[in-house]
Amino acid sequence: MSEHSVSVTEPAAHPHGMLQHHFTDMEQQKDAASMGMWVFLVTEIMFFGGMFAAYLVYRYWYYGAFVLGSTSLNIWFGAINTGVLICSSLTMAMAVHSAALGARKALIVFLILTMLLGGIFLGIKAKEYYDKYVEHHIPGENFKFDSMTMPDGSEREVHVDQGQAQIYFSLYFLLTGMHAIHMIIGEGLLTALLIMSWLRRFGSSYYTPVENIGLYWHFVDIVWIFLFPLLYLISRVHHV
Amino acid sequence: MSDHIVPVKIYVAVFAILLICTFLTAGIAFVDLTVNIAGHAVNFNPAVALLIAIFKATLVILFFMHIKYSKWVTRTVVIAGVFWLCILLSLTMTDYLSRAFLTSPVH
Amino acid sequence: MPREHYLNHEFGIKSWLLTKDHKRIGILYMLSITFFFVIGGIGATLIRLNLLTPYGTLVSAETYNKLFTLHGIMMVFFFLVPSVPAVLGNFALPLMLGAKDVAFPKINLLSWYIFIAGGSLELWALISGGVDTGWTFYTPFSTTFSNTNVITAALAIFIAGFSSILTGLNFIVTTHRMRAPGMTWFKMPLFVWSTYATAIIQVLGTPVIAITLVLVAMERAFHIGVFDPRWGGDPVLFQHMFWFYSHPAVYIMILPGMGVISEIIPCFARKSMFGYKFVAFSSIAIAVFGFIVWGHHLFIAGISVYSAMVFSFLSYAVAIPSAIKVFNWSATLYKGSISYRTPMLYAFGFIGLFTIGGLTGLFVAALGLDVHVHDTYFIIAHFHYIMVGGMVMAYLGGIHYWWPKITGRMYPEGWAKLSALVIFLGFNLTFFPQFILGYLGMPRRYHTYPPEFQVLNVLSSAGASILAVGYLLPLIYLLWSIRYGEVAGNNPWGASGLEWQTTSPPPPDNFAVTPVVTEEAYDYSKEREAAFV
Repeated sequence: MSEHSVSVTEPAAHPHGMLQHHFTDMEQQKDAASMGMWVFLVTEIMFFGGMFAAYLVYRYWYYGAFVLGSTSLNIWFGAINTGVLICSSLTMAMAVHSAALGARKALIVFLILTMLLGGIFLGIKAKEYYDKYVEHHIPGENFKFDSMTMPDGSEREVHVDQGQAQIYFSLYFLLTGMHAIHMIIGEGLLTALLIMSWLRRFGSSYYTPVENIGLYWHFVDIVWIFLFPLLYLISRVHHV
Repeated sequence: MSDHIVPVKIYVAVFAILLICTFLTAGIAFVDLTVNIAGHAVNFNPAVALLIAIFKATLVILFFMHIKYSKWVTRTVVIAGVFWLCILLSLTMTDYLSRAFLTSPVH
Repeated sequence: MPREHYLNHEFGIKSWLLTKDHKRIGILYMLSITFFFVIGGIGATLIRLNLLTPYGTLVSAETYNKLFTLHGIMMVFFFLVPSVPAVLGNFALPLMLGAKDVAFPKINLLSWYIFIAGGSLELWALISGGVDTGWTFYTPFSTTFSNTNVITAALAIFIAGFSSILTGLNFIVTTHRMRAPGMTWFKMPLFVWSTYATAIIQVLGTPVIAITLVLVAMERAFHIGVFDPRWGGDPVLFQHMFWFYSHPAVYIMILPGMGVISEIIPCFARKSMFGYKFVAFSSIAIAVFGFIVWGHHLFIAGISVYSAMVFSFLSYAVAIPSAIKVFNWSATLYKGSISYRTPMLYAFGFIGLFTIGGLTGLFVAALGLDVHVHDTYFIIAHFHYIMVGGMVMAYLGGIHYWWPKITGRMYPEGWAKLSALVIFLGFNLTFFPQFILGYLGMPRRYHTYPPEFQVLNVLSSAGASILAVGYLLPLIYLLWSIRYGEVAGNNPWGASGLEWQTTSPPPPDNFAVTPVVTEEAYDYSKEREAAFV
């Protein structure tokens, strides 16, 4: 036999309770989990990427309609939401930090804060969607983009090709809707983490799920970091 | 993966920069960044907004997501993802940007 | 045969449906894709029967449209894409790496369930009313004008896509993190390189078709306008997004097959693979280049001619790494000690037929020629030469090669050789006439044709019936061999590779002791041969 074998049947001296049997040690398991999450996030980049491609094409073709559509969005809600998500990224990073230090109470507090901030984001988003509904800016049978409500409450008339405007709003709802779905899934994942933290499942030697779900949460934040300028800030020159 | 514990003050610094950049990008959207280059009016608003967004995303990836402290394998995965997105966007746009090159002949 | 192995380790339906063993999951996939292959084959049978006469008397035009859609969707998404990766990859990859399992066994099982869910929903959509858009779902027909189950069919593929993504993710992490001690990247079998490259494509490409199908469903349900020209949408944008995945998808389908061939040839030529590194890197090159050529499906769709020229040039470039593989396989055969066992017969078939299919790909990569043959039977023949003449033969070759490892038993060699021959002859009779038909101008996806094309169509249909017999035979004798086949032993082929160092069938954890690798891949040196005998 040309390949000789070595007996490596037992894992290291103190097998960790969380070590799965097909891994040789916790470090391999942790590395694998981390890499798995990063590869998954790359699939998410491409998933959102398809919508970005459609956005790019139509913004190039229908710039005027996109400017008007963008102006009809409430920039304060958008900016506040961006700030909210950035705060939630900080609290998430602090949650991972606490987990790595074995600080259970801090971990729980930061997880709850992250979830609260996520909830605020979704609440503001719901309000924005409601406003669009009232103004008939939701694509479909009742779509009519001939006026928009300005921040001071006044109505401004809009004259633009309805098809082009509808495409802008379709992309707006698709992009933010898909993002919101990912946020909701994230809230679910954070709930699971919260329960596991409460049940003392994590310690400084094992906190991989906290780390990896943290990566997911930051990714969802990054998507919004791009959505904010692409959807809300197309051109606000001369307008408020 | 080396269990590198990032100091809290780095997190807070990154957080502060991210917030500042958010105000910046929102504010710049109201400023007309059109520049006259060789007779053409080139609007730099989109480019600036995108650059700020890329800068913010980079900070999140490097520090909040720990890429600065990761193995090269992980970094390659991230770079590959971004690169592939660029392939999708750029090659698709070669079609749309060049459709106008051929104008119909005038009879 | 060993007393306890992964098949008799546990009994009962629960032990299969809740298994985390990659070997059992591979078998679950094998059964599932065989089922979907039969469904797709029934579609093909009805198509070829209808095309026996020029006047389309067997089925109506609407039914014919549903038939080729069923055939395409089943074969592409539910047979070819999962075939080698999910069946042979799942079974062999951890064994080849010296690992106990893949990195995420539970996710592996989940991927199978997702596959079944998507496949069941798709089957329901295709059979209860059907879909008539073709597997390509072109807009605005699919989004506006079709009256069939488009949304359900699209969403079913969306679901099945996650199965592909999870498999790819699992294989990437497994290859990076689960190799046995001593197995460096360049000591890995080439099948692993191919599977790894395939996994990269699965992970990067599938999400794009996922979002594209979501957009189709949204457009169809809510008329959002994104692909509808009446609202300013561009139907060609759909094609860009669809083919961004679907072209790399054809490399998902063929790369694993190439990996199988790279295992079979050194073994049955008793020679180390010539140019190992070239073959390894060519797999990666195919994966990368495969992503920048999709526009060649849109040559006559209305894209700019400049864009078309760029894609045409790049499409020539993507042929180069494939050609490199063919050269290296040929060089490996040269002065080898060839044994004509069934896997090798399939490998020969693959090399010949894949080369023809690939060369005709160069024909259609030429803008000027594609204008004439696009949407004709020439294209159909081109991709069937690669997918059936290439991929299905590689799959069957792999099944026969690893059958002793999977089941512990040998298949009957005489029947297997006969089947390979029948398949080869049936295949060529089916598809070679289609090159001629396409060149003469017969369009695809029509249930009728001008009467002067009848002779060639009849030849093609006759070939299809022979091909069907060829596929039926392995189904019978492979099942027979599970009970009555000759007991195989650890390494019936005398092949190199870690999977052959363990028992046939392997124990649940693959290896009694974790192997340590010191040899190069494909060591068929004289010293080793002497030691083996």
